[in-house]
Amino acid sequence: MTTAAPVSRSSGVGATGLLLLLLVVAAVASLGLGRIDLPFARVVAVLASPWLAPDPPVTALEWSVVVTIRLPRVALAVLAGGGLALSGAALQGVFRNPLVGPQVVGVSSGAAFGGTLAILVGWDRTGLVAAAFLFGLAALVLVYGLGTLVARSNILVLVLAGVIVSGFFGALVSLVQYVADSQDKLPVIVFWLLGSFATASADKVGLVAGPVVVGGVALLLLRWRINILSMGDEDAAALGVPVERLRWIVLVLTAAIVSAQVAVSGIVGWVGLVVPHLARMMVGADHRRLLPASMLAGGLFLLAVDDVARTVTAAEIPLGILTALIGTPVFAFLLQRTRMGGHG
Amino acid sequence: MAEFGPSRLTARAAGHSYDGRTWQFRDLDLTVRAGEVRAVLGPNGRGKTTLLRVAAGLKRPTTGSIVADGAVGLVPQDFARTFPYTVFDIVLMGRARHVGLLRMPGGRDRAAAAAALAVTGMSAFAERGFDSLSGGERQLVLIARAIAGEPATLLLDEPASALDLGNQDRVLSLLRRLADDGLAIVFTTHQPNHALAVADGVLAMPPDAPALSGPTRDILTDDRIAALYGLPVATLTFEAGGRTRRSIAPLYTSVMP
Repeated sequence: MTTAAPVSRSSGVGATGLLLLLLVVAAVASLGLGRIDLPFARVVAVLASPWLAPDPPVTALEWSVVVTIRLPRVALAVLAGGGLALSGAALQGVFRNPLVGPQVVGVSSGAAFGGTLAILVGWDRTGLVAAAFLFGLAALVLVYGLGTLVARSNILVLVLAGVIVSGFFGALVSLVQYVADSQDKLPVIVFWLLGSFATASADKVGLVAGPVVVGGVALLLLRWRINILSMGDEDAAALGVPVERLRWIVLVLTAAIVSAQVAVSGIVGWVGLVVPHLARMMVGADHRRLLPASMLAGGLFLLAVDDVARTVTAAEIPLGILTALIGTPVFAFLLQRTRMGGHG
Repeated sequence: MAEFGPSRLTARAAGHSYDGRTWQFRDLDLTVRAGEVRAVLGPNGRGKTTLLRVAAGLKRPTTGSIVADGAVGLVPQDFARTFPYTVFDIVLMGRARHVGLLRMPGGRDRAAAAAALAVTGMSAFAERGFDSLSGGERQLVLIARAIAGEPATLLLDEPASALDLGNQDRVLSLLRRLADDGLAIVFTTHQPNHALAVADGVLAMPPDAPALSGPTRDILTDDRIAALYGLPVATLTFEAGGRTRRSIAPLYTSVMP
C-alpha cells in the first residue's frame, strides 16, 4: 500500500527552514518585480530606509512602488496561499483523506455565494467578508449536518455531502450571475470569482490577516491533535481525544481562513489540495511538521503564481485560472506517483 | 494461583444492545484485577469486540455498568492507515491523555514512548514507517502505543489471531510479562490454546447462554468449548521442554488419511 517512505526528523526540520528562507527571499524579490524593476538589494534598502538611510536616498516613487503598491499585494498572496494550504493540510488530516481540500468540503463555494450576493446587493468590503464567512460556515454546517444525518461520523459520506452542498451553492452563484446587471455588476462578480490580487490594498490585507493569523495560529497549536484525529474516530476516542468537538474546532477555523481568503481574492482553487501533498513529500506525514511546511509552501506557491500572473502579460491573467492550470497536472502526477493509494 | 492486586475493571449486570432485542452481551458480571490476564472466548459475532469497546468507554452499556479504576488502553486489531507515520509517531500518540490540548508532546512523553517501545522489543523500529512492518510487528507497536499512555488496564482485540505461530508466542508472552508487572489485561481470542498459555481466567461467551467467567481450567473443559464453537475438542496433556503442558485440539469433521 505505502509508497512514500517516512522522512527523518532532521531532514524534515531542514526542509521547513529552507521553505521559510525561500519565502522571505521570494517575498523581497517579488517586491522588486514589475514595470519598475528594482534589484534585490535596492528593495532591501527601501524596506530598511525608515531605520537605515541608504545611499542614494530612497525616492518617493521607489517607496510608493515597493511599500504602498506591491507590499499589500505580496502580503495578500502570502497570507492567502499560506492560509489555504494550511487549511487544506488540516482538512486532509481530520477527514483522513488526502483528496480533500477547502473546495471539496463546500467552504469555498459557500463563501463564493456569500461574496457574489454581497456584490449584487452592493455591500461594502466588510459586508462582503462577513457574507463570505457566514455562507462559508453555513456550507460547512450543512455538509456536517447532512453527513451526520446520513451516517454518523462516516468520512466518505462527509465528502459526498461536500459535493452536494458545493453543487447547491454553485447553482446559487450562477443564479446571482444570471440576475446580475450585465453592464455593471456581472463583470465585477465574474472577475472577483476568477480570483486576483490586483486590487490589493492595506485595507484588504487587514481584513484577511485577522482570520488567517488567528485561525492559522490556532491550527498550528492543534497540529499534534490532528495527527491523532487522522487515526480514525474510534482510535482517537480510545486515546482519550474528544473527537467530535476537536473536529468542529478545526472545521470552524478552516472555514474562517478560507472565507477570508475568498472574500478578498475570489476562488483560488487547488492550492489547498495540491500544496499539502508536496509538503508531505518534503517533511513527511506528521502534522507537527506538515502544517508549518504546508503554510510556508502555500505562501511561496501563491506568491510565485501571482508574480507570473502580473508580469508575464500586460493584461493580468486571473489567479484562479493559473492555479487550476498548474494544480491539475501536478495533482494528476501526484496521484500517479502515489499509485492511487492515497498516500502523499 | 497467583495473588492479584486491586480490581481494575468491574462489570455488574452489564449488557449491550442496539435495538433492545438482540444483545451483544447481557447480564455480564466480571472483575479483572491488577496482575491478571483474562481471555475472552466466543464465536464470531458474539459481541467480544463490543464488550471491549464498552469497557474502554467508547460506548455506554445498555444495562448495568462497566467501571474501570485507572486509565484504560485499547489495542485495536488494526486501524485505517491514511498517512505514512513512523512507528515512533504512532507510539507517541498513545500519550494524548497526558498532553494538554494546545501543547506538543515533550521530553517526558518521548521518554515514555521510547520506554514502551523498549518493553515491546520494538526500539530498533522507531524510525521505520508503520506500513512497512509485518503484522506481528504492527501488533507489538500498537501494544507499545497503548502502554505509552500508562494505563492500569489493557484491552486487546484479538492481538494474536492474525499472526503466525512465532509472533503469536511473542505477543502472548509479552501480555504475560505486562500482567506480571501489574497491568490488568483482557484480550479476545479464537484460540483456546492462547488462554491456556497465558490467561489466569476466561470469560466464555457462548452463542445462546449467559457468559461464564472463572479460572481458565474450570471454564475451558472439553464440553464447554464444544458448546462454545459447535465443534468437539480433545484436551491433550503431555510433557515437553521439561514442563507438563495442555493443548486443546479441535476434532475437525474432515480428516485426511
